[in-house]
Amino acid sequence: MAYFQMSRLALKWVFAKPVTSRYPFEPRQAIAGSRGRLVFTRDTCVYCTVCAKKCPTGALVVNRAQKRWTIDRLLCITCGYCVEACPKESLELTTDHGSPTVTKDREFC
Amino acid sequence: MPALRDWGMPALVTLPMSRTIIPFGPQHPVLPEPVHLDLVVEDEKVIEARPSIGFVHRGLEKLVEKKDYVEFVYIAERICGICSFIPGPTYCQAIEALMNIPVPPRAHYLRTVWGELSRIHSHLLWLGLMADAVGFESLFMHSWRVREKVLNIIEATTGGRVIFGSCKIGGVRRDIGADAIRQMLADLKKIEQDTRDITRVFLDDSSVKDRLCGVGVLSRQDAYELGCVGPMLRASGVAQDMRQLGYAAFKDLDFEPITRTEGDSYARCAARCQEIFQSIDLIRQALGKIPDGEIAVKVTGNPNGEFMARTEQPRGEVAYCIKANGTKNLQRFRVRTPTFANLPAMLKLLPGCDLADVPVLVLTIDPCISCTER
Amino acid sequence: MTPISQEQTLELIPVDKLLERVQAMHQQGYRLVQISATRLPDKLELTYSFALEGRVAQLRLHLVDDVPCVPSISSIYWCAFLYENEIHDLFNLAVEGMAVDFKGTLYKTAVKYPFGSTKPPVAKAGTATATSAASTPAPVPPPPSATANTR
Ligand code: SF4
Ligand code: SF4
Repeated sequence: MAYFQMSRLALKWVFAKPVTSRYPFEPRQAIAGSRGRLVFTRDTCVYCTVCAKKCPTGALVVNRAQKRWTIDRLLCITCGYCVEACPKESLELTTDHGSPTVTKDREFC
Repeated sequence: MPALRDWGMPALVTLPMSRTIIPFGPQHPVLPEPVHLDLVVEDEKVIEARPSIGFVHRGLEKLVEKKDYVEFVYIAERICGICSFIPGPTYCQAIEALMNIPVPPRAHYLRTVWGELSRIHSHLLWLGLMADAVGFESLFMHSWRVREKVLNIIEATTGGRVIFGSCKIGGVRRDIGADAIRQMLADLKKIEQDTRDITRVFLDDSSVKDRLCGVGVLSRQDAYELGCVGPMLRASGVAQDMRQLGYAAFKDLDFEPITRTEGDSYARCAARCQEIFQSIDLIRQALGKIPDGEIAVKVTGNPNGEFMARTEQPRGEVAYCIKANGTKNLQRFRVRTPTFANLPAMLKLLPGCDLADVPVLVLTIDPCISCTER
Repeated sequence: MTPISQEQTLELIPVDKLLERVQAMHQQGYRLVQISATRLPDKLELTYSFALEGRVAQLRLHLVDDVPCVPSISSIYWCAFLYENEIHDLFNLAVEGMAVDFKGTLYKTAVKYPFGSTKPPVAKAGTATATSAASTPAPVPPPPSATANTR
């Protein structure tokens, strides 16, 4: 039985820099390759509705007649299926994770 | 006289005056998930324990009737949030076996690497919760500090921190490049070093050992008979690890199931500590041997038939029974999660223990209630 | 590492042979992996899976609706009581002589026996709009899985 096993670890961290960051003041460093917020490019979209059909949660609704692409951000699980399906590469997942919201509005683009 | 729900057990209808019922859960500081136990205690000793689960039953199994089998992968991945990668490949494995899909070898290796990463992260999370249950807060934070590094590797390679979302039927959705592999190996070295510092405290420190040694001894015979799985079974001396079935890339990798003989809480803790190093070693082997090539094949047609896929999750063996009838929707999807198999053993361990040891005992089975209730 | 050998067998047995066969499994050292039920249009199908290392042996019962209940195997495999209670709570099948009988309180679902319906599986449900769901209340409460899906 050994005593004071923790003290080594504790001592080391007395002098080391904290691993946590002061979050709201110091933004999180995005990790390359992370699946984050879905970004839509209106210029290339042809409103084919393929992305809306592929979306597993029904977050996307595309209206071909009105040329309208909408997303419910809170439903989106950032899976990337729509990105893979889009024939025009209008969709992209960025590494940033968006900001909190207080309403559940759909976002119109 | 405290009233207990009547489950038709005569012993409980009239309690002797010296006995009390102490409710444990559904919200309890050591367990973020809802499980409820009615503990019948006499003085400080637990005489009987009655579980009730089902607070978060989600009916995921029923969802196969709504989602087609290709889409269902992402639901399978969401069965559990801690061992969140392995359900995906297990489900895919069952479908691939039914449809005879030749999965490219590189995809097998990538699945193995991610599976082992999720095992490391799950075990580190468990070590943290364990430290918390024995009242060692700083150790808890150190465990989770190391876990954060694993999560960063996972996020960089798959894109998700908890839900990987990188597995699909016929292969995987993302490749890991050579640079990322080098980076991962470098990070793993640091993780191994840090884990060594932490596990030394878990395995040698007197205050942790006081809480774990000799608590909740499960004999080899009992562990086998009660259908225990995973580290719980191996800590009692049964060398059974579903990775021995050689699914994914495990047939090409070298490893022995980690067993302990004591069968107490300390043995279960030690088994999990050793499994972290085993997983690091397996990842190194896999990344050393990883073949080049395709990462996915195209899938056409619908599955037909029945298959039971068994894989090893961090908590133990998981069994996915799939019954398909040649349509897009599966007929039945049944998951037997490891915690479900370990619950009877927990109920056997509780009678006779001290009330203060109940959180430790509940935690040593590494309960994941959400995946138990699917 | 050489993988351990795998095989899966499935055998249809009558209800009255169940205990006998399960006892034989137990004597051969098989462990209980799971018990699952499947609701088919005309019957309820019960599958008992046992495993010995890589070998999986499954016993299957077909219960036509006039079979009132099945005997519990928890006298042979004690741990079976959880599976049996689960099947009782989800599929409304009476299991006789369970070692621990929760009397239907293991799962607290909003709908009783949520998996017990005999409706054939439906194809992917169309996206119901919020307005139509609010104005015309559905005659039957949707199963919990349905609410989980549309949430
Ligand atoms: S799939 Fe691409 S092009 Fe088609 S509607 Fe969606 S975003 Fe536009
Ligand atoms: S990322 Fe996934 S959930 Fe989000 S909009 Fe695209 S398909 Fe739908």
